[in-house]
Amino acid sequence: MAARMATTIVQFENVGLRYGTGAETLSDVSFSLDGGGFYFLTGPSGAGKTSLLKLLYLAQRPSRGLIRLFDEDVVTLPRDRLPGFRRRIGVVFQDFRLVPHLSAFDNIALPLRVAGVEEDELATPVNEMLAWVGLSDRASARPATLSGGEQQRVAIARAVIGRPEILIADEPTGNVDPEMAARLLHLFDALNKLGTTLVVATHDIHLLSRVSAAQLMRLEGGRLSDPTGALKNPPREPHMGKPRKPSA
Amino acid sequence: MTLPFAASPAERRLLTEGRLSGPMPWVIAIMMFLTVLAAAGGLALNHAARNVTGSIAQRITIQIVEANPDLREQQTRAAMAALSAMEGVTAVNRVPDAEIEALIEPWIGGAGEEEGIPVPTMIDADLTEEAHDRLETVEEAIIAAAPAARVDDHAQFLAPLAGLIGSLTWLALALVLLTASALAASVILAVRAALNTHRGTIEVLHLMGATDIQIARLFQRRIALDALLGGTIGFLTAVIVLLLLGQRIGAVGSELLGSATLPPLAWLLLILLPIIGAVVSTLVARFTVIGVLKKML
Repeated sequence: MAARMATTIVQFENVGLRYGTGAETLSDVSFSLDGGGFYFLTGPSGAGKTSLLKLLYLAQRPSRGLIRLFDEDVVTLPRDRLPGFRRRIGVVFQDFRLVPHLSAFDNIALPLRVAGVEEDELATPVNEMLAWVGLSDRASARPATLSGGEQQRVAIARAVIGRPEILIADEPTGNVDPEMAARLLHLFDALNKLGTTLVVATHDIHLLSRVSAAQLMRLEGGRLSDPTGALKNPPREPHMGKPRKPSA
Repeated sequence: MTLPFAASPAERRLLTEGRLSGPMPWVIAIMMFLTVLAAAGGLALNHAARNVTGSIAQRITIQIVEANPDLREQQTRAAMAALSAMEGVTAVNRVPDAEIEALIEPWIGGAGEEEGIPVPTMIDADLTEEAHDRLETVEEAIIAAAPAARVDDHAQFLAPLAGLIGSLTWLALALVLLTASALAASVILAVRAALNTHRGTIEVLHLMGATDIQIARLFQRRIALDALLGGTIGFLTAVIVLLLLGQRIGAVGSELLGSATLPPLAWLLLILLPIIGAVVSTLVARFTVIGVLKKML
């Protein structure tokens, strides 16, 4: 039990999220993720995938429930401690969110600059990352001049350059052709093999079969299920400590 | 290595910049122009008030109102002797007859004594502060020596003028504070607009782990440059206007207006205004950004 807890880096217990006074977007979401795991999050549009990811990358606090990240309660975490946690998480946004007036090089260098890395120490890791995503020759190009796939790769490079412990990707293959999708998945797999925990939200069911070690989480109507029974740490009753199947 | 208030060259690129491209530097220039004019007015009036009150507020003028010229002359000498012998009297000067004639010429023409109109003699005496405080005793001693003497205390007729100058000085200070407040309000509006414009970039930076201070640095540097540029333009324009105004005042030849000059210390204070404006704008920008960011997660 102690060994299993030591590897758990994300834990949700009875998490609910409500925007304003509307209905709950997420209800009673409970799960835990192991460090080094590869997780797919699927579900129909409007199921709450992006909301769940927002909670994971600390862009949103839940309306109720408990979220533990890296063994700390982040729901009540003081605001001034959030940056430290966010630097341990890489995010690939669905719409990339590249800074439009910065070059690909500067966009990728952004997390390092935020972390206070000196300018003369930036070139090597950023160029390595550009090479890794196959964009060495596009280093000085601005996002508007890059194709969708190239922008996607810049976004991935930016998300991983700070060597995050968790990489979260929201529909990373939504804007690229199947060949590029396969390449991106290959990049994710390589990262996962280096020890990064991956959480990938996708509609693309073909992706799921390409990573044999991946586990599946499915959201429907704001509720989490584990249809394949693949989650190694299935949702548990918060007060009982016993494993249970999540409600549909 | 960057200063806590500065942004590195790479950080600067995070927000698109263009000097004097937006309205902000020009708004700051107008505010600074008005602030410098108001401050200069206040400082000049304050200087004039000090001049006026400092030089003649403790002065008294004694008129010997006696129709008989011999008696008048006799009492004038007696009053001057009494004043000179008195403790706390620093200077005693008889106003020359020519000066008195020039003073009354607009009312009775150049005639005066020759036409049989008695013209009083006048004596100016400067007192120490202590002697001025016991003016009644001084007055009694003068009248004892010269019964036809009338004593006029300059402080009495200067009081309304000093009050007016004082009020105008306070008004100038209020104007400086108002324009400074308007400048701060403009900075707040500009920063909020810039925050809205760059909201996407700020959110991305936040999610990458940027602290509020890191983000505030980007904006405060931008505002500091705008404030320094606008402030310098406003200051230089105001200085040109002040110099032209000074020439016009000099041409009027009024002693009172002429005393409303700017001493070197006042110029130093005026030069500091654009720098103070830039510092205040930077701080306002910093606290506005941090205040807005605190409302975000």
